Amino acid sequence: MTRPATEPLPPHPTLRGSAPADPATKSQAHRSHADTLPTSGSIRRRLTVQLVGSAAFLAALLFFIVLVFTRDVSQQTHDSILEASATSIMDSATVRADAVTVDIPYAALSMLGNVSDDRVFYRVRLDGAILTGYGDLPEPNARPRQGKPQFETRGYQDDSIRMVTLSRRISVAGRLSELTITVAQTREGQASQLADLTRTALHIGVGFFLIAACLAIWTAQSNVRPLDELAGAVSRRGPQDLRPVHRPVPSEMVPLVSSLNRFIDRLRLSLSRSEDFIAEAAHRVRTPLATVRTQAEITLRRVERAENRASLREMIRAIDESSRAAGQLLDHAMVSFRTDTLAREPVDLAALCHDLLERLTPLADLKDIALHSDLAQCPPLSGDPILIQNAVRNLLDNAIKYSPAECNIRVVLREEQSAEGTRLRLSIMDEAGGFPSDDTDALTARFVRGSNAGGTIGSGLGLTIVREVVEAHGGHLEITPRPATLPNERHGSCVSLYFPCQP
Amino acid sequence: MHRLRGLRVLASVLTTTKPGPVGGALIVTAAMALAQLGWTSPAAAFEIEDRRQFGPLGTGPTPDKLRVLSTTDTDLLAPLIESFLRERPSVTVDYISLSSAELMRAIVEEDAPADLAISSALDLQTKLANDGHTRAHRPESRIRVPDWAKWRNHVFAFSQEPAALVLSRAAFAGLEMPTTRQELMALLRRYPDRFRGRIGTYDVERSGLGYLFATQDVRAAETFWRMMEIFGRLDVQLYCCSSDMIEAVASGQIAIGYNVLGSYAQARADLAPDITIIEPQDYTNMMLRTAVIPKGAKRPDIAGAFINHLLDAAWGATPDPAYPFPRYSTEEAGPTAALRPIQMGPGLLVYLDRLKRAHFLEEWRETVLQQ
Repeated sequence: MTRPATEPLPPHPTLRGSAPADPATKSQAHRSHADTLPTSGSIRRRLTVQLVGSAAFLAALLFFIVLVFTRDVSQQTHDSILEASATSIMDSATVRADAVTVDIPYAALSMLGNVSDDRVFYRVRLDGAILTGYGDLPEPNARPRQGKPQFETRGYQDDSIRMVTLSRRISVAGRLSELTITVAQTREGQASQLADLTRTALHIGVGFFLIAACLAIWTAQSNVRPLDELAGAVSRRGPQDLRPVHRPVPSEMVPLVSSLNRFIDRLRLSLSRSEDFIAEAAHRVRTPLATVRTQAEITLRRVERAENRASLREMIRAIDESSRAAGQLLDHAMVSFRTDTLAREPVDLAALCHDLLERLTPLADLKDIALHSDLAQCPPLSGDPILIQNAVRNLLDNAIKYSPAECNIRVVLREEQSAEGTRLRLSIMDEAGGFPSDDTDALTARFVRGSNAGGTIGSGLGLTIVREVVEAHGGHLEITPRPATLPNERHGSCVSLYFPCQP
Repeated sequence: MHRLRGLRVLASVLTTTKPGPVGGALIVTAAMALAQLGWTSPAAAFEIEDRRQFGPLGTGPTPDKLRVLSTTDTDLLAPLIESFLRERPSVTVDYISLSSAELMRAIVEEDAPADLAISSALDLQTKLANDGHTRAHRPESRIRVPDWAKWRNHVFAFSQEPAALVLSRAAFAGLEMPTTRQELMALLRRYPDRFRGRIGTYDVERSGLGYLFATQDVRAAETFWRMMEIFGRLDVQLYCCSSDMIEAVASGQIAIGYNVLGSYAQARADLAPDITIIEPQDYTNMMLRTAVIPKGAKRPDIAGAFINHLLDAAWGATPDPAYPFPRYSTEEAGPTAALRPIQMGPGLLVYLDRLKRAHFLEEWRETVLQQ
């Protein structure tokens, strides 16, 4: 972790860094917060619905356009064949011996038969008189203009027919007469063709819609992806990761991300200030406390009245407690910083324990406590020796402090195989009567002290420190009650630290 | 094999029933028969040639009665009717044969009670269908009716019968038989005296079928009028019907019969030594015998079943021994082959047009009768 150079230097070299308290409680809070956050709908859903809706609208539009267009073309095709038929009949009209006669060409009607199996009707009329054909065909609504075909859709013999009427003036026996040709065809073939066209148009419309809908969904997904990726990247961050977001984002998201970065920056600054403040305060309090304690001891030797001695001892006890709390606050600040920037080197856990036990033996001897060690030779652990030492010392301190006089404390180190691979187990067993509960999470919370801590000096930070150290090394902490097994033994607890060999 | 069997049936029919003019006596007997059967009076306004009832003969009107108006001789279709009735014991078929013009009149003008109309006049049948006097029928899907053998699902063809050349073997002794119209014309030009007065064809003014064949010839070939002119110059003899022409060729009265119904000629096995039947190789019009269900049919279901029976016999995979017509494979005959079934459709209406017919007959008279 790199820190901006502009940050004010903390007063204590080991106190740098920031550490949010308990990762578990923090992530829980985070999750529950997200669940209750009100939402104003999903962008992906809104985008998908809008795009698919547009696609459906366009597909429907396409369907109708294709339908209208093909209907038009189909109608025009039919009409032009009808017109060709009528024209060929018109062309066969001749004036012979002052009478008009019509010699209908075979093709005039057979061409209609080639288009469909529809019924065909025709009528040839000169002025009012019907020359040939179906005299009862309906009259055209409008009189056809010279040379212009008149198309109509009418009913005839319980059927719908398409009808074309052509008209031409011809001179018969010296006077102008109007020759009118009507050709009609039922529309069954056209209707079935239109049904086919409708089906085709429907297929085109549905196909278009499906393709457009797929594209719409894809577009919505790909547009929301950067948002998802950013959200994923931010929510995947560890609880102590307060780095600014540097990944490239779409330009629309830049204001949001830069605001977020500024917010993170402010948060980090404020966290580090409060940690620094605590460390600084603890540091400043501890030194004068030492002076006060020395003075109090000197005074204790001088005074002789029993009640004065008692209150001085009480004073010394309180000073001890304050000074220990300050020390642990400092330890904790140190641990927080070092776990942030964990420096790994091979640590011989057995040697480390051995040293610590030797150092603590005088303290244990004061209470006639026997320290037993059973340290197997283990492969070195990769980690920060200062942190590990601090954690183990805290545990041993606790064990000595809470154990009654004349009892045993055992330290066992073993190499074990577990599901995750090889790990080292360091167990410290005491006869201190055990913890009031087995809830490791609760016991290791900051400033929480066991209900049996009673008059013993402590700050409630010890187990927190141990847990943070173990977890920083990828391991975990387990606290189990330990019933008395030997006749002259008292029951206690077993605190085990598990470190993976290959973190 | 099967074709031969069909021909034999046809032959027996033709030899036993003498095709003759419609006599008054026949009408009387028919009218008596009608009275016996309880035929209602208005329907008797058209002339019938023969009437026969198939199936159970009850006194009262049977509910399952199929009334057929047909231009086909009763004896010719009798085996098919009987095989149809064999599967339907309760059905009665009332079969009336009449001319195609009368059939048209009976349905259009008289509104005769009929469930089925069978005719060799394809043009008239087409007109019935076009003018809305028929109803649709959907043949069973297993029967593969060729597309050119049906129109609008109203008109169904169940036979193909060629318009053939029938030649007298004796008259052509020493000559090569013509196989096309061109060869025929060349022959007539070379030996005009040998064939003068010895060519026969339909009188198109009297015969509907002759008119149909002639108009189809006009459509098919440019040479038709030239040939008619040659016929006319050689004093062509005109006949009312195919059977007369066949008899005339066989007896040596004429040497050439043009546009003779080939199925009838082939059926006359007794005349086989005297005549040769030629299906012209340039093209041969195929007459299609068709059935329609009139709009006023009371039992379209039985009529439809009978049409299915006819179509199955004609186009089905397994030939029906009762089928009286020659079976041509549907591949052999088609619009592109020399065997050309007359094309169904509104084109047939053209030559039924009053003015068109008048024109055609006028030209025909000018050419053939040299008037």
